[in-house]
Amino acid sequence: MSSLSAVTRATLAKDLRLEWRSKDAINSMLFFALLVVVVFSFSFDPNAEESRQIAGGLIWVAFLFAAVVALNQTWARELRNQVLDAYRVSPAPANSLFLAKALGNFIFVSMLEALMTPLFIMFYKLRALGPAWQLIPVALLGTWALVVNGTFFAAVSLRTRSREIMLPLLLFPISLPAILGMVNATTFILTGEPFVRFWIVLLATYDVVFTIACLLLFETVLHAE
Amino acid sequence: MKRAFPILAVLTGILLSYALYEALVVAPTEQTMGNVQRIFYYHVPSAWTAFLLFFINFIASVAYLIRRNPVADAVAVVTAEVGVVFCTVVLVTGPLWARPVWGIWWTWDIRLTSTLVLWLIYVAYLMLRRFSTSGQTPVLAAALAVFGALDVPLVYFSIWIFRTQHPQPVIGGGGSIDPRMLHVLLVNWLAFLCLAALLCWSRYRLERLQREVEEAQALESIAAPGGSR
Amino acid sequence: MNFLYAAYTATWLIHITYAVTLVRRYQRLRKEIEELKLNR
Repeated sequence: MSSLSAVTRATLAKDLRLEWRSKDAINSMLFFALLVVVVFSFSFDPNAEESRQIAGGLIWVAFLFAAVVALNQTWARELRNQVLDAYRVSPAPANSLFLAKALGNFIFVSMLEALMTPLFIMFYKLRALGPAWQLIPVALLGTWALVVNGTFFAAVSLRTRSREIMLPLLLFPISLPAILGMVNATTFILTGEPFVRFWIVLLATYDVVFTIACLLLFETVLHAE
Repeated sequence: MKRAFPILAVLTGILLSYALYEALVVAPTEQTMGNVQRIFYYHVPSAWTAFLLFFINFIASVAYLIRRNPVADAVAVVTAEVGVVFCTVVLVTGPLWARPVWGIWWTWDIRLTSTLVLWLIYVAYLMLRRFSTSGQTPVLAAALAVFGALDVPLVYFSIWIFRTQHPQPVIGGGGSIDPRMLHVLLVNWLAFLCLAALLCWSRYRLERLQREVEEAQALESIAAPGGSR
Repeated sequence: MNFLYAAYTATWLIHITYAVTLVRRYQRLRKEIEELKLNR
């Protein structure tokens, strides 16, 4: 158990350091996130009353696209430096590698969300009519849902032609219930409707189920490359 | 074994024709929807068949992950493909039924939407199998199938919650069914099951042959080191 | 009423198209087998 977290922490620290050093990647991602928000604002008139209703959906679709772009990057580096082969040979459990990657992605995507959210609030003049604090568990659970499966499918897509498109191809259908959950929870919090708890419970269930599935199957997938 | 195939083909043809006759002529006309309701006899059996095929795919995928038996993998590919075919039929006949009856092409009805997601997952499965350059594609695909299977109940449940909050028309209707209609429905289902068996068998033979050819080609390239490959 | 025929026709089209793709793949495989045999 301790070796799991030690390796995880070490890998995570290494990943974060690498990301931090390649500031270009971060900067371009941040700029991409900003552009996504602007494009959405142009496409869906922020002044219309309907936008308030769909703002929940807009935000999460924007996060989804940003997450896919981010996820595509993270494994590419490993592949370039043949780090994967080193991991396969090392005695470190595959799960610790997976957790490290997933956590790293989670931090990275959360950073992007942290940038995009105030912009959305500004452009769409969003106000939460319901309990705003509930947005935090929704954001955490929702992001984890995307990231955990995204990291897994990014690994699965590594040895495929058109790798970049393969990831969203696999991720989107599987994520649909989670997307329904995050969008509806967010929308209901913003519009002050009830039933938010159902969606948060669904999100939590989804997270638990798929985190377990990823942890169980990652070893198999890693050795299948 | 070889002779069984044409026998099955003929049997399927007969059953399908008979089932068609039953659906169009024998089945009573529905009161509210009229003759369009007869799409039901194609829509529902196709859905049941698709679900059955995907379920077999799930079993085969799990079996492959545990035992790495190539037959299990072949079964997985076959049932996924034929399942997608039947699922496509469901998704095409659904809107064609919805439009004249409810005036809309699509609705986020729980069954139709779940079927759509299932279709998407399995199309993604097939694309993964086609695009993967890994030597261990079957393992990856099997993992995806497991994920898909875990996803389906969650999809169903999430849409159920959604529908409870946003009531929508239900395609296919619930409630009791006229026994004569049930009979026609079951006849059609039997016919479609035979068609599915026929398609799966054909696809399986194709798959087996393909694997043999690939093995032979691999042996060729090993045996002829100075060759043109 | 037209929708009924459209639905049934669509169903058959889909199945027939799939069967045709199977036949084509089969033919292509047969050709490959012939080539393999010739190369031997």
